[in-house]
Amino acid sequence: MITLEHYLGVAAILFVIGIFGIFVNRKNVIIILMSIELMLLAVNVNMVAFSVHLGDLVGQVFTLFILTVAAAEAAIGLAILVCFFRNRGTIAVEDVNVMKG
Amino acid sequence: MIFTDLNTVLPELILAIYAMGALMFAVYTGKDRTASVLIWVTALLMFGLGGWIAVQPEGAHTAFNGAFIDDGFSRFAKTLILWASGLVLLLSKEYLSRNDMLKFEFPILIALATVGMMMMVSAGDLMSLYMGLELQSLSLYVIAAFRRDSLRSTEAGLKYFVLGALASGMLLYGASFVYGTTGTTNFAGISSVVEGGGMSLGMVFGMVFMSVGLGFKISAAPFHMWTPDVYEGSPTPVTAFFASAPKVAAAGLFARVMHDAFGGATADWTQIIAFLSLVSMFLGAIAAIGQTNIKRLMAYSSIAHMGFALMGLASGTVEGVQALLIYMAIYVVMNIGTFAFILNMEKDGHAVTDIRSLGLYSKVSPGRALALTVLMFSLAGIPPLVGFMGKLFVLQAAVDAGMTWLAVAGVIASVIGAFYYLRIIYYIYFGTESDGLEVKMPTLHYITLIASAAIMVFGIINLFGLEAYAAAAAEALLK
Repeated sequence: MITLEHYLGVAAILFVIGIFGIFVNRKNVIIILMSIELMLLAVNVNMVAFSVHLGDLVGQVFTLFILTVAAAEAAIGLAILVCFFRNRGTIAVEDVNVMKG
Repeated sequence: MIFTDLNTVLPELILAIYAMGALMFAVYTGKDRTASVLIWVTALLMFGLGGWIAVQPEGAHTAFNGAFIDDGFSRFAKTLILWASGLVLLLSKEYLSRNDMLKFEFPILIALATVGMMMMVSAGDLMSLYMGLELQSLSLYVIAAFRRDSLRSTEAGLKYFVLGALASGMLLYGASFVYGTTGTTNFAGISSVVEGGGMSLGMVFGMVFMSVGLGFKISAAPFHMWTPDVYEGSPTPVTAFFASAPKVAAAGLFARVMHDAFGGATADWTQIIAFLSLVSMFLGAIAAIGQTNIKRLMAYSSIAHMGFALMGLASGTVEGVQALLIYMAIYVVMNIGTFAFILNMEKDGHAVTDIRSLGLYSKVSPGRALALTVLMFSLAGIPPLVGFMGKLFVLQAAVDAGMTWLAVAGVIASVIGAFYYLRIIYYIYFGTESDGLEVKMPTLHYITLIASAAIMVFGIINLFGLEAYAAAAAEALLK
């Protein structure tokens, strides 16, 4: 029997993988964009699981909003990344370092 | 039914439809040639809407099943946001045209960000909170990278995007737990669950994640790491914008979430906010000491100021929210005045950001040097200027709420922080003569700088009645 806790566990694991993907990754900015997407999808799993558990549709409506915004966010992220690539000639994470900090 | 709802959201609706209409108009007509007209029209619309919201009669209305709240608190914050955005937009025009960046997207993106901010301070539901926050953030990511051919600007945009998206993810993860444990996304519903049975572990977990997300947006330490880089890399008008209206919106949203949704469990969140406040004040004060870039310095200054503003929220009382609002209003006025000066720090057509270039500026232009000195003293919180009054209100609120330790820490941090503001004043009056900045300054910038400094001096008499307005707004939030 798969219970609410199982879904929350999967979502938590995905969310943490997403966060680690942003902070530990030293290779490529595209991987960061994928990690961000993973985090948002983990939240969606959470939302749908709670929604079914509570028998309340609001969580699924929220999920649709999150999906839409995540798409817009990915589009803007890629656009900024293209501009950055044109100026820098690379998208390695180590090279995002013109300003310290 | 739908018409009363639409009537409540009318200001947002007007600005959003205007932004879309302006986009169509500019695309199908003159493209970037329409930019300066659009800047004026957008700014005037913002001033108009701000004035209109300010004179609305008292009372609270909700729309769309409580997802949108129009009360005294949101009206106060919206007026401040709209006026600050409009003024920064007007100040931007000169700089943008000088640096060949006068594009029609700029006023439209600012207008859309402003709609998002208005939505944030009026949010009455986790969904409207998220939509408002994202509308603001997505517009801000783009304008941070507005100078497409500059490596610094695009890098600032990229950093802001990555960390902003991370913050949104944290906020959402928290929101999903709040929804799961309370069974509703409505703030009023969450509040009644909290008051009915206290905070369960899941709820506390969700609230902590939401505080982290909001802490990122307000640039409170230890979630501030994007701030200095984004402030430094973005074009200066964008930095000026970041340091004004979005801060008010984020502070308003923070207060809204904490009091409206978790108002029944003050003891659970005041400690978190007090921690954010303490760390921000000290980090802002100490990390700025080594900076010589004025935009980076203003970034650390804004972190420290957010620490003080959060001190008001940390006290968890009506006086605390009132102090927060007063502090934000004063902060915005000081900052816009300072940025009106920074926007004109130029030499041979290039922007200069090194504070040593201000060496003996008092001999170049005594009037402006004096105005900047007043603003710096006010930012440092030295009596008898208005910046000191802002700090006095938050310290008073913290002491009244039994957080004397936080107030004492705040005073110590403000003494440390005074060092770098005083250093700028030192350069202006006693520094070594530098190659000198260009003297010319557009009239609007000059008026803004002088007016801002004058407000800092003469506002001390009665704060222009701000105290009463902020008190009414705070009571509307905590009713």
